[in-house]
Amino acid sequence: MTARSGVLIVSVLAGFLATACTSFYEVPIETPIQPKLDVTNYSRVLIAGFVAGGSDEVDANIETVRLLRSQLRSKSDLRVIEADVLPLIEIAQEQAREAAADSEKPGLPDKIGTENDLEAYERVFANVDYWKRLGEEYQNPLIVTGTILFAPHQRSGFVTREREVYDQFGRRVTQPVRTYMERKGFILRPKFMFIDGRTGATLYSETFREEVLYNAQQNTPALSSYFELMDRLLPNFLNTLSAQKIRGTRILLK
Amino acid sequence: MRARILLLAAIVALMGAAPALADVRSEAKAQVEFGIAVAQRGLWKEALYRWERATEIDPTYAAAYNNLAVAYEQLGDFEKARSAYEKALEIEPNNLTIRQNYDLFKEINDRKIRGSDR
Repeated sequence: MTARSGVLIVSVLAGFLATACTSFYEVPIETPIQPKLDVTNYSRVLIAGFVAGGSDEVDANIETVRLLRSQLRSKSDLRVIEADVLPLIEIAQEQAREAAADSEKPGLPDKIGTENDLEAYERVFANVDYWKRLGEEYQNPLIVTGTILFAPHQRSGFVTREREVYDQFGRRVTQPVRTYMERKGFILRPKFMFIDGRTGATLYSETFREEVLYNAQQNTPALSSYFELMDRLLPNFLNTLSAQKIRGTRILLK
Repeated sequence: MRARILLLAAIVALMGAAPALADVRSEAKAQVEFGIAVAQRGLWKEALYRWERATEIDPTYAAAYNNLAVAYEQLGDFEKARSAYEKALEIEPNNLTIRQNYDLFKEINDRKIRGSDR
């Protein structure tokens, strides 16, 4: 018997005896979640670029490409292709101009400020030939693209806050109070599109929406709000391409 | 392998040494307790086996089904986890601990279903 197996047996027996004394046992668990998309046919991924708008303070196209590439490099088995970020707005406008010459289709808005403006640009994802050509250029990877709206947002209304007061005995206590507040922040609404680099067809798409609001007096840089919001939805994005583990606790009973 | 044999020998010794394990619930409870001890050390497959045995020995033992469900969750078998939680709640519908575990499970499972529906 090795020392290691001896220790294991003793610890299991000790645990067995300990369990005889209590009825609840909180244990940490890691639940594996399978990827939403079957990527076994791909060894490489190209985060191509995004149609982005809403705020001039953050270049959501560049920042999103950079963030997703770095996340996939460390948290997925796919090899991330390093390539120039596509200026998708310009590409979409060019494609729209070419199409307008042939038909009566309306042009695309120059400035993207709302979700409606972004929707007009979504035609670019239906251009199968374009994505197929791009796929050929990079040896048929999985292509990740989409739209990103990162826009300032403000809302006023009543919020519940904790207020510290002293009771009749001089003790400090907290009381919930409802106060009217002006708050401002940002909305992040990305739509991720997953395109097959061999055929140019969209395999899957997913839309998220996150928002953050601060006290109107608080001055939070737009870039840090962008990362705060992206941080919330990254696990969901990563779970599209790779298995994830969700940590939690459960109670075992005797 | 050797450690596993020794572990099994230890279980057999424990089973034989305890005369109180004679009735069905006691026998099932011994399996449950051993399952908890090994689960706390991360040996979830062994724990799963113990809790499966416990439910076979005593099919009315809600705690065994609850633990079995937790093990299935840890191993990623969501269908079996759901059915084990539901069985546990069928036996003890007012058990708040089982209900709480089940609610946490549903949160993750719903998220998984939402993802695969898109």
